[in-house]
Amino acid sequence: MAATRSVELWLNAEDEAKLAGDHGPGVAMAMRLVVALARVSQATQLIDIESAHIDGCLYHGQAGLDFIEKLVRLGAKVTVPTTLNVSSLDLLHPGLVRLDPIESAAARRLTDAYVAIGARATWTCAPYQLAGRPEAGTDIAWAESNAIVFANSVLGARTARYGDFADVCAAVTGRVPLAGLHIGENRAPSLELDCSSIPDRVLDHDAAWAALGCVVGREVGEQVAILTGIAPAVVDEDRLKAMGATAASGGGVALFHVAGVTPEAVEAGGAWPCAGLPRIELTPEMLRAARDELTTASVGDELNAVAFGTPHFSLTEFAKLAEVLRDRVPFDPSCTVWISTSREVLAQAKELGYAQLCEAVGAKLVVDTCTYLVPILADSVRTAMTTSGKWAWYAPANMGINVVLGTLTECIASARAGRVIRDESSWQ
Amino acid sequence: MSQAGSERSVSAVSLCLGVGFGEILWLDDPLSFWGGTELDTGVITDVHHPQQGVSLVGRVVVMGASRGSSSSSSVLAEQIRAAVAPAAILLGSRDAIVTLGALAAAEIYGTRLPILLLNESGMAGLPRSGSVTVRAAEDGASICWNLQRDTLTPHSM
Repeated sequence: MAATRSVELWLNAEDEAKLAGDHGPGVAMAMRLVVALARVSQATQLIDIESAHIDGCLYHGQAGLDFIEKLVRLGAKVTVPTTLNVSSLDLLHPGLVRLDPIESAAARRLTDAYVAIGARATWTCAPYQLAGRPEAGTDIAWAESNAIVFANSVLGARTARYGDFADVCAAVTGRVPLAGLHIGENRAPSLELDCSSIPDRVLDHDAAWAALGCVVGREVGEQVAILTGIAPAVVDEDRLKAMGATAASGGGVALFHVAGVTPEAVEAGGAWPCAGLPRIELTPEMLRAARDELTTASVGDELNAVAFGTPHFSLTEFAKLAEVLRDRVPFDPSCTVWISTSREVLAQAKELGYAQLCEAVGAKLVVDTCTYLVPILADSVRTAMTTSGKWAWYAPANMGINVVLGTLTECIASARAGRVIRDESSWQ
Repeated sequence: MSQAGSERSVSAVSLCLGVGFGEILWLDDPLSFWGGTELDTGVITDVHHPQQGVSLVGRVVVMGASRGSSSSSSVLAEQIRAAVAPAAILLGSRDAIVTLGALAAAEIYGTRLPILLLNESGMAGLPRSGSVTVRAAEDGASICWNLQRDTLTPHSM
């Protein structure tokens, strides 16, 4: 239950000037919301941020559009390097997203307004795959749950859980409340998740990390956990991305540590997990149960679609997929394989020939948005397969379809067969 | 809880200023506005929520714990614009996502949805049903109701 005592918020002269309108009415409007956020989070002061990532560019109705257009009209501009999350449109492939013309026009105006305020037209939920990512220990204001958990956990940067409106106001003012995960003592683990009974061969599949994320989200809620007993050799950024995204979907995870792997755990060394920390053992059975919970169709069912790239497909994921596809066996004509990625990663994947290989065997590429957020898959799709725990979490409700969580190999074998194939040996 | 004749009231902290009046609605489970309520109607659509199908429109909604997507700020702001929002929201936790949705709508439209923060005893003092009046001002906030309206479900305090 919340403490209702009031805490004094101290603003410096520059904060007061912004609030008073000395930097224009747009900055004053943004500052009013930052100050309100500080009061809600009981911060005693505001701090500078080095970058921002904005999630408000996905269209959720007129109010979001009115808000950013008002800020632009009042002359506000971002004052720190700012990236943009996915929009409701694929701006490079018009017609791919089947929104009605009125909503499509509003979504387009929304993207234009965020570019007008000075943010980069990155349109990706994986800003950590772009050059110039935040350094460990720096304070940033990132929105989008998977980006937040990646920035905190894998990069060691510090962000609270910012959402719509707070993200752009932080970018305009360059200030955020000193609260939550911006405070060092809130970043130490309060729970150990012992993974030593999960074999390396199971963790050698990205989809196992999605299932692990589902388990982690359920076990830790909004706590900070440290995962122990994982061989650093089986960990890569794509796997930490998959785990964090699923943990943030199924729970409220904004920061996790992996002993011997993530920066703050490496720095803490033997001091983490500290003695007496509550400890939970995670098992391969729990991973399979999570996989089955994220699966609503059966082995052998007709498969209509496969979705990769939630969060956005990285260049290394393109490389892993290209390796599986190099025999150039085509997909079953009844099954469409979709890959969601950013325009920057797509450009790199084209330079290396990965994108061309994917398209040659029948895959379709989506940029700037994602296949679970807006109508892209054919209306006739009944069952889809994915390596992504986040996609599997949201797709059944968002799209009214059945979903199967599978490894990359299972997904490709199934796409080629046009029906769901499970290789239980990958999960044992 | 304070009492004067048949008037009862509970004091709270103002997170978003405003005045509201409506039937109290206790949420049995946490609710995310994004993905949990219909944008155009303010009706609970979350299939996992025990109150699926219940409308939040014009109600004084009691949210003991918070949950959900950060896109909920946009959804609440849009529901305030479209006049399908609650009359007031009474929070048991410092929920920045909900508060920012109301604050943003106030900035754009001047529409004020009062959001109040209650401590444990404040929550316990609230009626389970009936109409309440909510006032959130700079110098404090309160929820008031008339005892007669609450006689159907007497509350032990």
